[in-house]
Amino acid sequence: MKKKKLAGAFLSLTLAAGVLAGCSGSGSSEKSSGDGDTIKIGVNLELSGGVASYGQSIAEGLELATAEINKEGIDGKKIKLIKVDNKSEASEATSGAIKLTSQDQVAAIVGAATSTNSIAQVQIAQDNKVPVISPSGTSPEITFSKDKLNDYIFRTSFIDPFQGTVAANFATKEIKAKSAAIYIDSASDYSKGLAAAFKEQFEKNGGKIVAEEAYIAKDTDFRSTLTRLKSAKPDFIFLPGYYEEAGLIVKQARETGLDVPFMGGDGWDSPKLVEIAGAKALNNTFITNHYSSGDPDEKIQNFVSAFKAKYKDKSPDAFNALGYDTGYFLADAIKRAGSADSEKIKEALEKTADLELVTGTFTLDEKHNPIKSATILEFKEGKQVFNTKINP
Amino acid sequence: MELIQQLINGISLGSIYALIALGYTMVYGIVKLINFAHGDVFMVGSFVGFYSITVLDLSFIPALLISMTVCALFGVLIERIAYKPLRNATRIAALITAIGVSLLIEYGFIYLRGAQPEAYPNDVLPTEKFNIFGVSINSQSVLIFGVAVVLMIILQIIVHKSKIGKAMRAVSFDADAAKLMGINVDNTISATFAIGSALAGAAGVIFGIYYIKIEPLMGVLPGLKAFVAAVLGGIGIIPGAMVGGLLLGVIEALVSAAGYSLWRDAVAFVVLILILIFMPQGLFGKNKKEKV
Repeated sequence: MKKKKLAGAFLSLTLAAGVLAGCSGSGSSEKSSGDGDTIKIGVNLELSGGVASYGQSIAEGLELATAEINKEGIDGKKIKLIKVDNKSEASEATSGAIKLTSQDQVAAIVGAATSTNSIAQVQIAQDNKVPVISPSGTSPEITFSKDKLNDYIFRTSFIDPFQGTVAANFATKEIKAKSAAIYIDSASDYSKGLAAAFKEQFEKNGGKIVAEEAYIAKDTDFRSTLTRLKSAKPDFIFLPGYYEEAGLIVKQARETGLDVPFMGGDGWDSPKLVEIAGAKALNNTFITNHYSSGDPDEKIQNFVSAFKAKYKDKSPDAFNALGYDTGYFLADAIKRAGSADSEKIKEALEKTADLELVTGTFTLDEKHNPIKSATILEFKEGKQVFNTKINP
Repeated sequence: MELIQQLINGISLGSIYALIALGYTMVYGIVKLINFAHGDVFMVGSFVGFYSITVLDLSFIPALLISMTVCALFGVLIERIAYKPLRNATRIAALITAIGVSLLIEYGFIYLRGAQPEAYPNDVLPTEKFNIFGVSINSQSVLIFGVAVVLMIILQIIVHKSKIGKAMRAVSFDADAAKLMGINVDNTISATFAIGSALAGAAGVIFGIYYIKIEPLMGVLPGLKAFVAAVLGGIGIIPGAMVGGLLLGVIEALVSAAGYSLWRDAVAFVVLILILIFMPQGLFGKNKKEKV
């Protein structure tokens, strides 16, 4: 009974707080987003729900960037973040976007973390002519769907097929592989997208694909296929998949005596990978990722130390870095636009070129995807070690 | 050489199928029930082994024994709670109950610990690699095969030499007549579930060590494959389950070796359909008229 009362009190308090916050929000929104000395930026992220860890990491990075930008301000104006929690659901992302554009009249929106929730905002943004930047949505369809450019939508991360291209260039230039095998998860669009891009670029580089094999997610026995791959004698194996199967495949490959380098994408990035494969088996394997905190680049090291200072010595992950970069990506456009007008910000974002940020040097292509470098990480005794940066 | 390598891959996989298939076949032989929850007992065995190794810090043999014991008790529990009250019900009722028990175990387990996978430690058994004429044999596959064979021999001795084995054979032949001869049918059936489940538990630990990754739904597919293996060898026949398991493992390896890895699971079930159409009594079964 007591618990219920407490919960009730808590609920009414939160409700009251929400109403108050709403009031103050609508109070200041009488002015348009360009007036005054603040620039309102909407944040539509997964702060709770299934993929809350992505949304929260992005928010941390974005808040750090905003705090840094606000020290000087943009032409004397300060950025104000208005956060909306989309609860990791597409419908909530849509209603969040409606609130931000109509009620708060923000200049631009940052979010969402996943492709699905980003796509849910596309129509609202297009109708209201408010630019939306997805920090980590990797599906090509966010910015370009049905043969049409969603011209108000941008992203900070690279798209899925890009990782395949980078991996192919790495295989040719750094590993000096002449032949490669591809082993994909036939149930995953992510895996297939990376593999198709890898194949195209590797063959363009003069390499030869000697074997193509597939598995289905949740398989556990890969030894027979690996034995087959071994007899094809590739110099290099591209394995775009998720960590559960990738870990098993690498482990079983080493047991089968297949000692060539393996490479995967950001789907490998999980501590479980090391547990499953074992630290030794992972030697001589590589992944493409958005960024590495071990990159000696000064810009990155400054970010890492600033982040650690703000968040109790926590080492920033890729989502923190993407959130941070989104803040600067947007601030740069506002600066160049010379105004907080949504239309002008959109035009400035489109002209972004050679902008140096933590996750790479940004130049926007005609499909609103950043052309930027990818980081290659190598596993050494179970630790991710920065190997190199590859430009597309 | 590649072919021999593939045969070795297939036999390792097949030993695990065979161990699970033994439980299916024993239970079917005695109560004419396809115990679909058997694959989940295998999963529970795998987790018991995992916790014995990581939390209790035990080595392979004690972990194997603990897992077998826990699974034996678990099997008896399932039988007493879910199947015994239905002993005189229709066979379809018992079959549906078995499916229900299977889902209950799977999702109950997910409720208790979540669905995330767990990784067995990599150093439970030594992983030496032997190279014999270009064929690389992992010491683990040899040990796994060895453990499987030893357990099967012990089982054969229990069934043919011990008193309980004699009772089991009598009950499977004719439960009513056995009862008239003074055999405690209920206890005999429980013993069968205990032995079959213990073997599934052993298979679970072996699976974990060989394949590293375990998760609450891991029993579904191996369970179904073991069922195919049991039917392939002739359901109810113990040597048939062993041969069926090994054969199915080898068939799967060869399908992958031929480059059709995506067809591997499909082929296993095509085997089931073909065997049911053309040889419903299985490879080792006698041709006697009986409705299945």
